Amino acid sequence: MGEVIKSLLIIVGLLLGILAMAGGLIWLERRLLALWQDRYGPNRVGPFGLLQTLADIIKIVMKEDWIPPFADKPVFVVAPAITVTTMLMSFAIVVFAPGITVVDLGIGVLFFLAMSSLGVYSLVLGGWSSNNKYSLLGGLRAAAQMLSYELFVGLSLMGVVMLAGSFNVQDIVEAQRPLWFCVPQVVGLGIFFIAGLAETHRLPLDLPEADNELVAGYHSEYSGMKFGLFFLGEYIGIILISSLITTFFFGGWLGPWLPGIVWFFIKTMVFIVGFIALRASLPRPRYDQLMSFAWKLVLPLALLNLIVTGGILLART
Amino acid sequence: MFSLIRTVWQVLLHAFRRRATIQYPDQKPRMRPRWRGRIILSRDPDGGERCVACYLCAVACPVSCIALQSTQDETGRRYPEFFRINFSRCIFCGFCEEACPTYAIQLTTDYEMSEYQRRNLVYEKEDLLIDGQGKYPGYNYYRVAGVSIGGKDKGESDEEYPPVDLHTLMP
Repeated sequence: MGEVIKSLLIIVGLLLGILAMAGGLIWLERRLLALWQDRYGPNRVGPFGLLQTLADIIKIVMKEDWIPPFADKPVFVVAPAITVTTMLMSFAIVVFAPGITVVDLGIGVLFFLAMSSLGVYSLVLGGWSSNNKYSLLGGLRAAAQMLSYELFVGLSLMGVVMLAGSFNVQDIVEAQRPLWFCVPQVVGLGIFFIAGLAETHRLPLDLPEADNELVAGYHSEYSGMKFGLFFLGEYIGIILISSLITTFFFGGWLGPWLPGIVWFFIKTMVFIVGFIALRASLPRPRYDQLMSFAWKLVLPLALLNLIVTGGILLART
Repeated sequence: MFSLIRTVWQVLLHAFRRRATIQYPDQKPRMRPRWRGRIILSRDPDGGERCVACYLCAVACPVSCIALQSTQDETGRRYPEFFRINFSRCIFCGFCEEACPTYAIQLTTDYEMSEYQRRNLVYEKEDLLIDGQGKYPGYNYYRVAGVSIGGKDKGESDEEYPPVDLHTLMP
């Protein structure tokens, strides 16, 4: 009975925590972007503008929930929910501190890979059902980009899995006690970070939305809270990828003095800020550049990393 | 690759720059004296209206937002009977100020003229006329140009030159 209550508490706490953090992230991103562009950003609603997101939520909920008459209605309605659902499902395997996790899956890494792959359906279906050429182009790009970069998410994590000898997230973190995997797997870290950018379609690699070419890409036709869900999914994705970088490469909750969960939070925040800094500074590549970069440079690099890691591990035993 | 990292670094350095934003309602921007803002009609040093109702401003106005009607007082001095500027049309180009031969119409640094109702943007003469001399203190058109009074025309006095004849090229 106590077990059930504990896991229920974790689930509810996680859900509320993630949603609140995603909301806070919108504020953080706007403030940080403003800081780096010599502006102020939202600073009038509440202290430091902290309640800006709340005001935005009130606004977006009150908005007309418009479904275009030419859209494929059921798919159009379902699509935004998929991204949020799959992103939240992925959080099930994240271990925030020893024992603080929703499920301690033996195949945790594989579960994350499966869930993040499912997330692309949201974009493709959203783009398709909108029945709008820009949305469709956005959906197409999302599909191609996800297919290519999903590969490297898996390949770059395989080195970590090999070093840890387990797919279990808790075991992976424990295996980093002597040395964080960011040192032996520095190539894997780089590839995972880039692939994570593509996975969450954040700015340098946000070609599915590409505002200045495709209006708003796959969510051009969305309004009100359906658009809000796409947005929420994106920000949950940032938190997810940042917390996974922390888990797989920077020793998760490991760290001196402070309790594990605090260390986890600090490390995750550093990567979230890193994501925002990339958005503030880097331009978007052309689409063919994106694809050729993926297949001609990152794929061989990921395979090489895998072979070298495997070779060293074999030589050691 | 190096240039990408350098770009990110340069952007991060902007965190320590001064912010360019002026927090407008709390903090007013510094207005330059030549700012083209709200239009006023000024008075000469003696307190009389400078405007002689020549219509040049109304003609110069590219959006035709100035309307006036000239009339004369008992000494034959022209002045506007009404003077109306429709600020919902005005584009603050400053052509009226340039066209004015008597420095009567001037643009000021005031820019806070928002209204809730459009008809409140139509300014009548009593709204436009100010008590001061505006940007040109001490200027009185008739002191410079001269004026004909009973029995004596312009330039006929001992200390005066006759007015320039505009229709000849001779000095």
